[in-house]
Amino acid sequence: MTAVPALAVEDLSVEFRTRSGTVKVLDHVGFSVDKGETVALVGESGSGKSVTAFAVMGILDPAGRVTSGRALFGGADLLALSEHDLAEQRGRELSMIFQNPRTALNPIRKVGQQIADVLVRHGGATRPDAPRAAVEMLKRVRIPDPERRVEAYPFELSGGMCQRIMIAIALACRPALLIADEPTTGLDVTTQAVIMDLIGELAHESGMATIFITHDLALAAEYCDRIVVMHAGHIVEAAPARELFAHPRHPYSAKLLAATPGETVSLAELASIPGGLPDLRRPDLPACRYSDRCERRLDDCARPLPHRVIGERHTVSCWNPL
Amino acid sequence: MLKLLLSRLATAVPSIVGVVVVTFMLTRLLPGDPAAYFAGLAASPQAIAEIRTKLGLDKSLPEQFVAYLVDLAQGNLGNSLSTGQPVVTEIATRLPASAELTLLALILAVGIAIPLGVLAAVKQGTWIDHLCRIATTAGVSLPVFFTGLLFAYVFYYLLQWAPAPSGRLDVFLSPPTPITGFYLIDSALTGNMEVFWGALRQLALPAISMAIFSLAPLARMTRGSMLSVLGSDFIRTARASGLAPGTVVFTYAFRNAVLPVITVLGMVFSFLLGANVLVETVFAWPGIGLYAVNALITSDYAPVQGFVLTMAVLYIALNLAIDLLYGLVDPRVRLDS
Ligand SMILES: Nc1ncnc2c1ncn2[C@@H]1O[C@H](COP(=O)(O)OP(=O)(O)O)[C@@H](O)[C@H]1O
Ligand code: SF4
Ligand SMILES: [Mg+2]
Repeated sequence: MTAVPALAVEDLSVEFRTRSGTVKVLDHVGFSVDKGETVALVGESGSGKSVTAFAVMGILDPAGRVTSGRALFGGADLLALSEHDLAEQRGRELSMIFQNPRTALNPIRKVGQQIADVLVRHGGATRPDAPRAAVEMLKRVRIPDPERRVEAYPFELSGGMCQRIMIAIALACRPALLIADEPTTGLDVTTQAVIMDLIGELAHESGMATIFITHDLALAAEYCDRIVVMHAGHIVEAAPARELFAHPRHPYSAKLLAATPGETVSLAELASIPGGLPDLRRPDLPACRYSDRCERRLDDCARPLPHRVIGERHTVSCWNPL
Repeated sequence: MLKLLLSRLATAVPSIVGVVVVTFMLTRLLPGDPAAYFAGLAASPQAIAEIRTKLGLDKSLPEQFVAYLVDLAQGNLGNSLSTGQPVVTEIATRLPASAELTLLALILAVGIAIPLGVLAAVKQGTWIDHLCRIATTAGVSLPVFFTGLLFAYVFYYLLQWAPAPSGRLDVFLSPPTPITGFYLIDSALTGNMEVFWGALRQLALPAISMAIFSLAPLARMTRGSMLSVLGSDFIRTARASGLAPGTVVFTYAFRNAVLPVITVLGMVFSFLLGANVLVETVFAWPGIGLYAVNALITSDYAPVQGFVLTMAVLYIALNLAIDLLYGLVDPRVRLDS
């Protein structure tokens, strides 16, 4: 089977201008997602996962600027599209769901209307048909009693229900790509599993590609085909989920794995990763942004990072991998 | 919504009771003896005592209070000592004058401030944002009476564009048949365009002076509130869903941002109601503020009492309206009650 990429991000760099200087948040980031595939973007908080997603969606803060790269999607470069053309694609061809479903929904608009807004905008339904279509969407995300729930406001629903509404909004127009940015953070464990299963099933049904952003490697391994590990705005390793779990090659992936509770590691044995992310405003950022925290550092590590292909769909950016 | 209305009405009852008591006490505690004032400078003590008895001022306070309540229940606010007219009648003719001026000023202010604030937030850092900042700074630093005087001087005295600041209508025109008491509405309803334009010309300068002042807090709040809403998560969701910019700004952002603006609107309105005394003085506007000031100077307590009572009831009604407006916009308020 030859894999067809749904989205290919190449060489993506993003800077933020702040009062205290320019922050090089993303540095030549590249990865791809095939049609029907689920890829996890994993890394500790602040490593640039959300910024990657926002850049692809074209919804970066005004302070953020894409300084290089392409995001190939459906034959076009999303980063080169005008805001008008990109808005046509958003919500129809590529969708996104967010952390904190409660604040991600308009607090004073009925959830049914919020779904209807997207459908009407992208021609998925006409205004008169939209309420019925919204009920259909609620059924698809398995919300009980959908006829009554379309009339609800977000504050009348639980966090899990709100996330289902978010999913309904995102999938209303059957997009080819879904980016889920920590969709289960803040939900209880049972709801977490339900939401993940739901996203997985709906993606499978429609052959949709999914990027699942998380800081939880265990969750990523359970639900995803491949894992892309991100650290301080660099992609440090990308590999099939099982392979990464069995043989992490980048020192950071290994540390991340050791910090993940699982069958083999008990909570007591959990290692924490020493040090923190480097200050990305530094003018003299080292070539390897992990080097200050790395136990395997060599003299070579000061040179520009290599991009090593070390297996079937397995790459690592490191001078001294495991 | 009905539940909200009823619960807010219920909370208004104690306020009304309080107002009735306070207005009574206040006027009795004001300095100055109305009986002495009306008897005249040369009056004998007997004459003063006679007048005091006639006014019921010789009775004990509780007795006076009961008499006051009985009168109030019959819609009788007493007579003005200086004009001899019933206070209710005088307020009824003067309130529309103030209300027409205040409302027009407010409509002007809202009509400019809200689009300005929204645009300033949407196009943050552009010339329109700077314009908004200048307007809000200028607005608060220019007191209403100063703008009023300046306008009268420039547009009436120097340029002769505006009519003399001499009340609601030129002396050559007769007021329209009273329907609402608002000259603009009444003249439009009766099709009297000459009076309509005449009234509008008289209204223009005082209304614009008041509008400039109230524009500032409204525009500032609109801009700030829009900015904070535009940065919120659900706006990101709306953008990520590809919704049209108009939908994002108005249906999603503005409806949420309008809530604190409504609060400021209520504050500005009640401020204008009370503070237009100065504008009324500058433009010889036969409004309720001027009436109250004159009554206060002459220790004519029935009009003062009537004024305070009217203002308090207006104020309570205004807050009620604001609460209901809030409930209309925000479902969380509606369902909390
Ligand atoms: N609006 C912004 N202004 C300045 N820096 C930002 C902004 N948004 C994100 N960043 C920076 O980008 C980095 C990555 O952030 P983010 O993508 O949110 O991390 P993650 O999603 O992986 O937790 C952080 O260091 C953060 O400080
Ligand atoms: S490149 Fe060198 S410093 Fe960086 S992670 Fe690899 S071994 Fe460590
Ligand atoms: Mg994030």
